[in-house]
Amino acid sequence: MSEQVSYDSVETGTELPLVSYPVTRLSLVKYCGASGDFNVIHWNERIAKSVGLPDVIAHGMFTMAEAGRFVTDWAGPRAVVTEFGVRFSAMVVVPDDDQGASVEVSGQIEEKLDGNRVAIGLTARSGGTKVLTRARAVVRLP
Amino acid sequence: MAINREYARRTFPASEPYEVSRVKIAEFASAIGDPNPVFRDKAAARAAGHPDVIAPPTFAIVISMAASGTAMADPGLGLNYAMVVHGEQRFEYARPLVAGDVVTAQPTITEIRDAGRNVMLTTSTQIKTLDGELVCTAISTLVERAA
Repeated sequence: MSEQVSYDSVETGTELPLVSYPVTRLSLVKYCGASGDFNVIHWNERIAKSVGLPDVIAHGMFTMAEAGRFVTDWAGPRAVVTEFGVRFSAMVVVPDDDQGASVEVSGQIEEKLDGNRVAIGLTARSGGTKVLTRARAVVRLP
Repeated sequence: MAINREYARRTFPASEPYEVSRVKIAEFASAIGDPNPVFRDKAAARAAGHPDVIAPPTFAIVISMAASGTAMADPGLGLNYAMVVHGEQRFEYARPLVAGDVVTAQPTITEIRDAGRNVMLTTSTQIKTLDGELVCTAISTLVERAA
């Protein structure tokens, strides 16, 4: 279990170090099943290409989930997320090979808010391209 | 087929009750590769001050998408799902979803607008307990790419 962060210990501007999360075709198949989103562009290369995509792409929500994981891992088990929003700015293309792709998430404490809440700005890249913009989470800390 | 603009500001019926289960939360956590015990282990969740296993912050999409998916699949709306990508997503939580919650989800199409040759469609889905407690609002913007 990750360590617990307290509101009083948090300082605005603090950078949260980058974590890399793998994304493979198996990740997408599992995410299809767990989420109920079976859009063919997330598992069928033939149809993905036929609708103008370079290859199978990850669910935006999978990428967002990894950013969420970054937040909850940093904040600790007693923290709760009160707001979480992202814009999906680029696709995460997932090739059918043994490596797949990866999403690199980092963050920065943007603001300390009332009610023991802290706003975190998030950055997520895949293959050097920003895949999330305007990504921000607010967590309530003990 | 073009998207029917008359669907803007339409509120759809609330979904059937959905029971948030530990098993489904654990399946979702596994699918996103997250081993955090507060998403799997009741004792660990309780030790951290939660009443039971809590759901990861994006779990609400499982519930909101099932409800808004029914709206998106409405043939009268005319959305071509193979051309759809997710543009934006936002969650506002009054509290985490917890195993044992029984909730309904009620989607409203808040906006349909053009963005160049694409069409952006925004839905806001309220997830409430059967007692009417608002737990989460999930706001999704889908982009239908031009063919």
